[in-house]
Amino acid sequence: MSSETADGSIAAAKPTAAPTSRRGFLLGLGLALNAIAATLFAVPVLRYVMAPGRRLAWLAWIPLGSLTEFPEGRTRLASYENPFVRPWDGETGKIPCWVRRLQGESFQVFAINCTHLGCPVRWFEASGLFMCPCHGGVFYADGRRASGPPPRELYQYEYKIENGQLWIRAGQVPTLGQPEV
Amino acid sequence: MAIVDTAKAVGAWLDQRLGLGTPIAEVAAHPVPRSSASWWYVFGSATFVVFLLQVITGTCLALVYVPSANGAWQSLLYLNYAQPLGWYLRALHGWGSNFMLALMFAHMAQVFLFGAYKYPRELTWLAGVLLLFCTLGMAFTGQIMRFDQDAYWGLGIGASIAGRIPLLGPSVVHLLLGGPIIAGATLSRFFALHVFVIPALLIGFVGLHLFLVLRLGINEWPMPGRVVKRDRYLEQYGRLVHEDGEPFFPYAAQKDLVFAGLIVGALVVAAAILGPIGPNGEPDPTIIRTVPRPDFFFLWLFSIFALLPPWTETVLMLVAPVLVMGILFGLPFISGTGEKSFRRRPVSVIVVVVVATAIGTLTWLGTWSPWSPVMDAWSAAPTPPAYVRNRSPLELQGALLVQSKQCRNCHALGGEGGRRGPALDDTATRLTRDELVRQVLQGGGNMPAYGKNLRPAEVEALVAFLETMHPDGEPPARDASRAR
Repeated sequence: MSSETADGSIAAAKPTAAPTSRRGFLLGLGLALNAIAATLFAVPVLRYVMAPGRRLAWLAWIPLGSLTEFPEGRTRLASYENPFVRPWDGETGKIPCWVRRLQGESFQVFAINCTHLGCPVRWFEASGLFMCPCHGGVFYADGRRASGPPPRELYQYEYKIENGQLWIRAGQVPTLGQPEV
Repeated sequence: MAIVDTAKAVGAWLDQRLGLGTPIAEVAAHPVPRSSASWWYVFGSATFVVFLLQVITGTCLALVYVPSANGAWQSLLYLNYAQPLGWYLRALHGWGSNFMLALMFAHMAQVFLFGAYKYPRELTWLAGVLLLFCTLGMAFTGQIMRFDQDAYWGLGIGASIAGRIPLLGPSVVHLLLGGPIIAGATLSRFFALHVFVIPALLIGFVGLHLFLVLRLGINEWPMPGRVVKRDRYLEQYGRLVHEDGEPFFPYAAQKDLVFAGLIVGALVVAAAILGPIGPNGEPDPTIIRTVPRPDFFFLWLFSIFALLPPWTETVLMLVAPVLVMGILFGLPFISGTGEKSFRRRPVSVIVVVVVATAIGTLTWLGTWSPWSPVMDAWSAAPTPPAYVRNRSPLELQGALLVQSKQCRNCHALGGEGGRRGPALDDTATRLTRDELVRQVLQGGGNMPAYGKNLRPAEVEALVAFLETMHPDGEPPARDASRAR
């Protein structure tokens, strides 16, 4: 786009009608090409970053142990290996939960997370209460809210009994928007 | 002499190519209002200096730290105990974070009180607000890097808040955690934020902030009555700098230098004395004997979450942050002109005092969190001997029940135990026998109902003991409708 003038200095070519339209076309082509390229680049990147939000098939049946481990009328702490783990998850792949066996094959399996802000609730046998160490949420033995800030009863996992084993359907941290019941 | 000559030659060679000598000299010598070379104007530069230290110590820690869920905690212990001076680098980085936040808030309060955000420095304030959010983001993600029990359950709290967002909640939780649970992917995500994303933003906004400070000039000391007007301020400022200005270096910079030196000195000493922060217990979610607490600068939030009326919570958790951002971003547009001096802006003083008092009080409450049950008080805090002296066998049974039924987790005796409910030392002066029975069986206020967990004989014993709980010389409450 430059030309040698008579005195030897380099000066920009005077714009004329034809090059302007060609330049306009090239500019438009350049912008369009980059828009397409940017889309081709951005879509996989965004899908990669958003991937965990798009898959909902985390839930699986997980064995918690033999029925004999859970005496009737008692609430016991159990833990399981989360169905979706990566080798470098270490101990964070282990998730605890509270198993209450009412009688026979009638159970309640509570998530460990307080329904207020997710801290681990602890069971107190003598007073029949779950207490949360963070903001003071308290729940009754059957999971109903007893006092404090929690907006709902304890989260419960779906359960089934097969071959003398207690199974629960778990695999994601329960939150108000996605309780597992 | 030869060395000096060589240095000069190298300098000249570089300057011929870079051409930065003159601009740098101009920046150093740019005139600032004599009044702004004040000890009140040193917080911003000190924040910047501590930020630079954070970059250095953070990079050093990344040489050893392992950002994986099964290695992070061990690598922190390695840093603390095995890596030579690892403990000190961790201490510098951890306390540096506290120093940086404290200095930033001091700077922010000063800028607000001195009206420095007003015309034409609105954009400087906006860049500062972005720096505030980035720095808070660094503090929160940094707390996650210290991958211990507090970090794990802190993430649980983050997920629970995100899960309250209508409709999008579950997707946001998965995006935040990098999967369905808090695990390795979560730590990797927050590592990327802490080490790449937020620092890049911070450096960009710091650049913008400093560029604007240089371009628009440093705020003059605000004089009551000297009102900012859009059409006249620039000319007035130009005249002020011209007539009553001094070169930035060394006139104003010397105070910045002294203060920054003192701050760095204090940090270096504080880190050596106080040592590294944590980590506490290993991030194993099956260890539920844990009492999660956030770091110091987030304790006020922890208190708010405990004290808000439950029905307001979801709305406030989601709306309040947007509201706060709106107010901070909107400030220079709401009051972009007018008086700058805090002497003529009483509301600004009240705002600073109220916000500081509120956050201070909430932080103080957060340090002892009276709303949390003391999880081990029922077995760890003994009944004071005075309360079992001269009691009947039935009353002693009741004293036993106060311990074994975990009453002490929420009720103190002799100053020990939970503070969720009222202390029991003088409970008989407040409630009659019938009221005690009702309260125990049905609960109410914040107390769960114990009707299902106490046999009638146990209630009898418990209430008999509680009836004895009144100070000497102060009679117990009496039901006026009953003849005794």
